[in-house]
Amino acid sequence: MRGRRSLPRWAEIGLIPVVNVAIAFLFAALVVLAIGANPLAAVRILIYGAFGYPDAIGYTLYYTTNFIFTGLAVALAFHAGLFNIGGEGQAYIGGLGVGLVMLAFDTTLAAPLLIGLAILTGAAFGAAWAAVPAYLQAYRGSHIVITTIMFNFIAAAVMVYLLVNVLIAPGSMTPETREFATTAQLPFIHELLALAGITMASSPLNVSIFLALACCVFVWAFLWHTPWGFELRAVGHNIQVAAYAGIKLRRVTILAMCLSGALAGLVGVNEIAGVHHRIILNFPAGYGFGGIAVALMGRNHPVGVMLASLLFGALYQGGAELAFEIPAITKEMVVVIQGLVILFSGALANMPRPWLARLFSALPRRARTPVAGEA
Amino acid sequence: MDDWFVFIVLILSATLRVATPLILCALGALFCERSGLIDIGLEGKMLAAAFISAATASVIGSAVTGLIAGILIAQLLALLHGFACITHRGNQVVSGVAINILAAGLTIVFGIAWFKQGGQTPSLPPEARFMPIEWPGASALRNVRVVGPLYANLVSGHNLIVYATLLAVPLVQWIVKSTRFGLRLRAVGEAPLAVDAAGISVTWLRYRAVLICGLMTGIAGTYLSIAQNAAFSRDMTAGQGFIALAALIFGKWQPLPVFGSCLMFGLFDAVAVRLQGVHVAGLGEIPVQFIQVLPYVLTVVLLAGFIGSAVAPKAIGVPYEKEH
Amino acid sequence: MPSDLNPPPAIELKAIDKSFGPVHANSAVSMTIARGSITGIIGENGAGKSTLMSILYGLYEADSGEIRIDGKPVEMRNPRDALKAGIGMVHQHFMLVDTFTVLENVVLGAESGALLRQSLDAARSEIERLGGEYGLRLDPGALVGTLPVGGRQRVEIVKVLYRGARILILDEPSAVLTPQETDQLFDILRKLRERGVTVILITHKLREVMAVTDTVYVMRHGQVVAERRTAETTREELAELMVGRKVRLELGKAPPRLGQPALVAEGISLRDARGVSLLESIDLTLHAGEIVGIAGVSGNGQSELLDVLSGIRPPTGGRLIFGAREITPANPADPAEMRALGLAHVPEDRLRYALVGAFGANETSVLGYHKDTPFSGPILLDHGAISTHCAALMERFDVRPRRPALRSVNFSGGNQQKLVLAREIAPAPRILLVGQPTRGVDIGAIEFIHRQLIAIRDAGCALLLVTVELEEVMSLADRILVICGGRIVGEVAGPEADERTLGRMMANIWAGAAENAASAPP
Repeated sequence: MRGRRSLPRWAEIGLIPVVNVAIAFLFAALVVLAIGANPLAAVRILIYGAFGYPDAIGYTLYYTTNFIFTGLAVALAFHAGLFNIGGEGQAYIGGLGVGLVMLAFDTTLAAPLLIGLAILTGAAFGAAWAAVPAYLQAYRGSHIVITTIMFNFIAAAVMVYLLVNVLIAPGSMTPETREFATTAQLPFIHELLALAGITMASSPLNVSIFLALACCVFVWAFLWHTPWGFELRAVGHNIQVAAYAGIKLRRVTILAMCLSGALAGLVGVNEIAGVHHRIILNFPAGYGFGGIAVALMGRNHPVGVMLASLLFGALYQGGAELAFEIPAITKEMVVVIQGLVILFSGALANMPRPWLARLFSALPRRARTPVAGEA
Repeated sequence: MDDWFVFIVLILSATLRVATPLILCALGALFCERSGLIDIGLEGKMLAAAFISAATASVIGSAVTGLIAGILIAQLLALLHGFACITHRGNQVVSGVAINILAAGLTIVFGIAWFKQGGQTPSLPPEARFMPIEWPGASALRNVRVVGPLYANLVSGHNLIVYATLLAVPLVQWIVKSTRFGLRLRAVGEAPLAVDAAGISVTWLRYRAVLICGLMTGIAGTYLSIAQNAAFSRDMTAGQGFIALAALIFGKWQPLPVFGSCLMFGLFDAVAVRLQGVHVAGLGEIPVQFIQVLPYVLTVVLLAGFIGSAVAPKAIGVPYEKEH
Repeated sequence: MPSDLNPPPAIELKAIDKSFGPVHANSAVSMTIARGSITGIIGENGAGKSTLMSILYGLYEADSGEIRIDGKPVEMRNPRDALKAGIGMVHQHFMLVDTFTVLENVVLGAESGALLRQSLDAARSEIERLGGEYGLRLDPGALVGTLPVGGRQRVEIVKVLYRGARILILDEPSAVLTPQETDQLFDILRKLRERGVTVILITHKLREVMAVTDTVYVMRHGQVVAERRTAETTREELAELMVGRKVRLELGKAPPRLGQPALVAEGISLRDARGVSLLESIDLTLHAGEIVGIAGVSGNGQSELLDVLSGIRPPTGGRLIFGAREITPANPADPAEMRALGLAHVPEDRLRYALVGAFGANETSVLGYHKDTPFSGPILLDHGAISTHCAALMERFDVRPRRPALRSVNFSGGNQQKLVLAREIAPAPRILLVGQPTRGVDIGAIEFIHRQLIAIRDAGCALLLVTVELEEVMSLADRILVICGGRIVGEVAGPEADERTLGRMMANIWAGAAENAASAPP
């Protein structure tokens, strides 16, 4: 607390997170060096791969969509003082929900109704997958980190079983369902733009990005402009206030986790309804854990999450390009970067603070800037 | 009758082998958590150790060198956790998660870069592994009733690390209960303020705990790749670090009960493996995913049922700041 | 052999100076403390006494100045240096490990080897010796967590003596003791003095200073403002020196105008999860327009009583009647419902329960009321209404700085308390529960808060005041109930109360406790 007074507000909100991420990338560069590649060349390829050509931007934004969902999920839970590591599993089961609706109704319901139902079901399934760990934490004190990780493993096993034995498309050799009818497929952005006469290279980017942005607004409004968000943030800061203030701690815990799971479940809308148009294996592909990095980098605020998601989307897309150009760097490099970001933006977030404070006190004083301490 | 007995002995033997990494991780985490630090990063340390020890053993050809390398890398990660949580008072859960993800990524990045086998290390010859040790007379006695199978399969035939682990249990118990270090360790997890006021360094105590945790998880990881198996493969820890944590909680942070819960997990797993492919009357064949998922479900069930009575060290999870 | 006519003083502090940022905690403090004496250092909260002692004990380093022990200059960089110099400190908040035995606590940090067995045996015999010599009776095998407060303090003293301390610093030792237990403590201190141990007593209790010390230093705003021989001064003089002006002990309150009973408690009892009795057969009636004080040594059930009355914990027996609502174990009410019925609560530990440090003053100003109109509509919060409300509260109670967006943790203790009090008084509650209203609050705010409490009493509110400060309860309360061991053991009318009577009541159930040093709590 004491250290916070010595840094101006803009440094609190903007500078420290940037420094954290910069340190993370510095270490990433060291790893790249260690495996014998050139970090600067890697960065160039990365940026080019993410934004340099027409399809690239589309792909980047498509990845960004998923990170927004999982990043919001982790951020919202963090505000309640809970660490939701179950994003992978919740996304997986959310996708199952989306897919089941599509498989059941894609020939009988009209597109808007179908898609609306799928979104709700995806969210509901994701919420349900988070509900059991939430209940166990709230009522039995079971550590939510361990239970959500266990549920990730369980989700993976359940999905494999379902896709291999139950939902598999008849006559198929790969474990996946049949393709959905076109009413069940979310329009791609490049298709929509084409209708308006704009040509954009094709990419998996689809309308679920608007859903992601809407979720950002929803989370912002929920946390800071509703009484339930107020209660959630209060107990996230200080559990003991709950009893005094008449806040039902268990209910808030379960609400927070279920909303979090629902947000993660919406990854299924993007992946299943928006891109693959069938249920496939392993589509969560690390977005759940990426969400942790995104939330920490974005300081658990929807705006920060959006920016951080964009960065990670670029990393994913650029990383694919990188793996293509420099075979020594595989897609696991992105996992390493995620880990470094979580380390430096999460556990070591305050490490640069003393250095920055010294830097600022050495600078000549300007006119009164509002000192940090404002809520 | 004899067949059943042999069957049971074989299961118990398998239990020991499966439980060994769990016991090592759980006992290592015991030191860490009794000192007041949450350690979610057991999985990552074990994975990193598994990789480095297999890689080292493969390059140098010696199992012992592999073991040393595995221990060192685990301790390095443990020091990182200590640096973040003790020195910088960071969020301990986040730090553990970061270490897990880092280990998952780095083991594959370096694995592919060094060995180009998609993340695996090359298969190890017996000289570079910890092979089962046969006790004298084991094969001769094998067919003697009762004593034979017991001696040949349960007592004899395990690798060095398994035996070391069994010895570690009473050793840890002794250290925690009867030494000065153990007293101070327990104190710092309950009341770090009291320890600080007594002129003892809270920081140094916790760093030592963290290093011991690194030592034990390093051995556990080494066991996985060069004792239990003959190489490192991607994500080979498969959640055992978390299961060890559940065993620690279920064992109420006491060495002997923790040992017991690890054995229980091991037993469960050993039995489950044998159920694979077995037909259950009326239900058909038990799906392999069901078997795979059992340890994770059991972990959740344990945490749900018994956590109410398990009291964690009082100061756990709270970074220590000198009160002003 | 050094001349006994002029032994060097045990402690000399010369021009000790210490600042924490803009706060000048100690300003050129100089003291001379003779060996084998009991010296009192008195001052209000924030006078700098604890900082000074922390410097002496090595927890802080002075910015400038010198410390001499037995005539030799000494550097105090950490408690180890202090221990080596023979200084031991008994802190206000005990530094004990509750899950360890007395033996293990004494031995921690002073073990004689890597294996415990040796240390424990040595400690056991030493504890026996100290018990005999100084009257510090303790059962070595008892778990510290089960000891009564007086017993825990004895463990702290034994710890310090075990390490060979010849200088003992006690920080507010009687804050948690009954007057009788305090007398026992002073007997121990006198015996120590006889054997040449130097004792420094930090306190703000003038009665005790007069009872046991030889010399008194008075501190105010970080400076030593006076030194007196105890025999040559009086309580009144010390009080004036402490505060710097004539102390008003009378608030000039009018006699209460009693209205209807607002809250009636019948046979309330509370047991915890393990079946330990925390409250037993509590009967009390709160009338509108009166202040009922609950006096008692902290840890005797007052906090639990507040929890039950405010709805934070349901009673396990008995019933509460609040207007038309009857609250029983089968039909409990939670704090939200109690608020809705017209009860407000200023808790004892505001940082832990009444505030969210990271929230701004505006969000804090509606904590507990955030779901009510006008602060909240059907879905959204009304931030405009919240800001207006906060501004009004800050104005009415003169909360400074007047910045609604400032995080509540950045307000001073007094201003935090004023904000909480303002929030709870604003809806004109029928009942107000107040716990330790002036803990950690500066003098100016204390008077303001006291006057506000009397004002709402006069406006017809029923107040329940829980405090460990006897002077506060005697000056504010119209009736005083004494709680001890979870029971109400006596009632005294406000004007008739005096410390002796209250003290005896506070120790009521403990008759004979003086003999049993480490007896289990009742």
